[in-house]
Amino acid sequence: MAVVFDKPKALTDVPFHYCPGCTHGIVHRLVAEVIDELGIAGDTVGVASVGCSVFSYNYFDCDMVQAPHGRAPAVATGLKRSLPDNVIFTYQGDGDLAAIGMAETVHAATRGENITVIFINNAIYGMTGGQMAPTSLPGQVTQTTPYGRDTSVAGHPIRVCELLSTLSGTALAQRVTVDSVKNVNIAKKAIKKAFENQINKRGYSIVEVLSTCPTNWGLSPEEALKWLQNNMIPYYPLGVYKDVTAEKEA
Amino acid sequence: MGEKVLMKGNEALAEAAIQAGCRHYFGYPITPQTEIAAYMSKRMPKVGGCFLQAESEVAAINMVLGASSAGVRAMTSSSSPGISLKSEGVSYIAGSDLPALIINVQRGGPGLGGIQPSQSDYWQATKALGHGDFQLFVLAPSTIQEMVDFVSLGYEVGEKYRIPTMILSDGMLGQMMEPVEFPEAKETAQAEKTWATNGHKNKRKKNIINSLYIEPQVLEDLVKERFERYEKIKATEQRAEEYLVDDADIVVVAFGASARVSRNAVNMAREAGIKAGLIRPITLWPFPENTIKKAVSHTKDFLCVEMNMGQMVDDVRLCVEGKSEVSFFGRTGGMIPTPEEVFNEIKKLSEKEAK
Ligand code: SF4
Repeated sequence: MAVVFDKPKALTDVPFHYCPGCTHGIVHRLVAEVIDELGIAGDTVGVASVGCSVFSYNYFDCDMVQAPHGRAPAVATGLKRSLPDNVIFTYQGDGDLAAIGMAETVHAATRGENITVIFINNAIYGMTGGQMAPTSLPGQVTQTTPYGRDTSVAGHPIRVCELLSTLSGTALAQRVTVDSVKNVNIAKKAIKKAFENQINKRGYSIVEVLSTCPTNWGLSPEEALKWLQNNMIPYYPLGVYKDVTAEKEA
Repeated sequence: MGEKVLMKGNEALAEAAIQAGCRHYFGYPITPQTEIAAYMSKRMPKVGGCFLQAESEVAAINMVLGASSAGVRAMTSSSSPGISLKSEGVSYIAGSDLPALIINVQRGGPGLGGIQPSQSDYWQATKALGHGDFQLFVLAPSTIQEMVDFVSLGYEVGEKYRIPTMILSDGMLGQMMEPVEFPEAKETAQAEKTWATNGHKNKRKKNIINSLYIEPQVLEDLVKERFERYEKIKATEQRAEEYLVDDADIVVVAFGASARVSRNAVNMAREAGIKAGLIRPITLWPFPENTIKKAVSHTKDFLCVEMNMGQMVDDVRLCVEGKSEVSFFGRTGGMIPTPEEVFNEIKKLSEKEAK
């Protein structure tokens, strides 16, 4: 019988704890497939961050370190500087990367720290039950913006890829999503490039994945994908913001 | 042994770390420890090591967390306000059972405080360098030679028991110069770190370095297991120096820089015919309870001398259990007690006893 669907080797048998319809699962799978395709599971060390993806240390079948909230880029820096021939990646959410860990993120990027960053932007704090994230949209209702995000009080959302693309140390800054087969394929290519860049010692590579949080958005999985398409993509345009390999080719 | 060289405390400590096999230093500038970072930035490239000036103390300690996870000997150094910033990372390091070397060259506090020597981080170092149930192995050097010797000791004990080590120094020891001898360069046999996250190479099960345990029973069991290790450390790693203690009526208890001052005061007291002695805790955690308890039978008065408002004195009282008098003398804010001041306190106690 032909196998049409199989679990990537770089995922363990531990069942995901993610909510139904949450796109974390898809992104995990893409990362694991890329690790398999590059044959690097034995050399890879992942850094789990604080948030819904904290348990990712149970899911990826490579060595894993769980970092304090926001500190994954610093932990990854310590790992990479000690293990320059290994592959180090972080898996971070928006609160972790763009709020409490923004300093670590910007400085890892500007140092050109040779690591791979998978950034899940779902415009909300998932694990703590749906509070405003640095990427929550203007007007977005969350537990801590019950009347909608008022930018005159709570400020404006951060566009991470745009911001990091201004830094010389950033090798790749690409925003993708996983709402369709086509976009999943683009996302996987981007993730693969982010890992290959590290192997080729190109510097800091970040793939921002616009993701859903049906649970805290209060929507069904289908509605959540629609909300992402109608609200997030217009505010956070998909695309490549920086790619040193393309610059070289050009 | 090699020959003696005249070195500043901070630089001697940094060199000792390199000789102990530390090749990963992460730090952030702060007075009065900056010479450590400056020295490391000069030496690390020469020995193929990594010096990295982090964007913050918070980042620096987490870089240490990453490097220690990789299984290498890593280190960071700072001074009081910077150590407060590191406390989150220290708690995670302890909760992840990682060894790591953290240096605090103390200055006056609280807040931005001052930049002169102090010992006011004793409580922080020994009781609560971060949230949760945990301890660090805390060493208090009182000479530049000890700044050197305690580096490899700190690594060895930390790696054996998988706990972070702090060398609690101060601005005086950091800045002053003394002749030091570096131990004969030896390939320090480091215990194999089978727990390190350095890539499983498809040859072993994956390693996870983690401090998150959602199940209370699991977390309690892990914390209890860690405390069993702490009991072993208490049983085997207590260190203190005793100076003229055997026949002493009055025993001064002081560590680090204040012990240097107190030793002179004890000498002055002996010259004046007062039977004074000095107990100098070398490990602040585990606190050298045994040494203090042993002295209780013949000691009428214990006098704690510290460069703070009285912190270690609590631990001395716990050991003495009310069986002798315990008093305190201290200066704080960057002020250093003089031998005369301490001698006066000893004299007052001796006069009181004579009455
Ligand atoms: S809370 Fe949101 S982000 Fe977290 S697992 Fe559930 S759906 Fe996914």
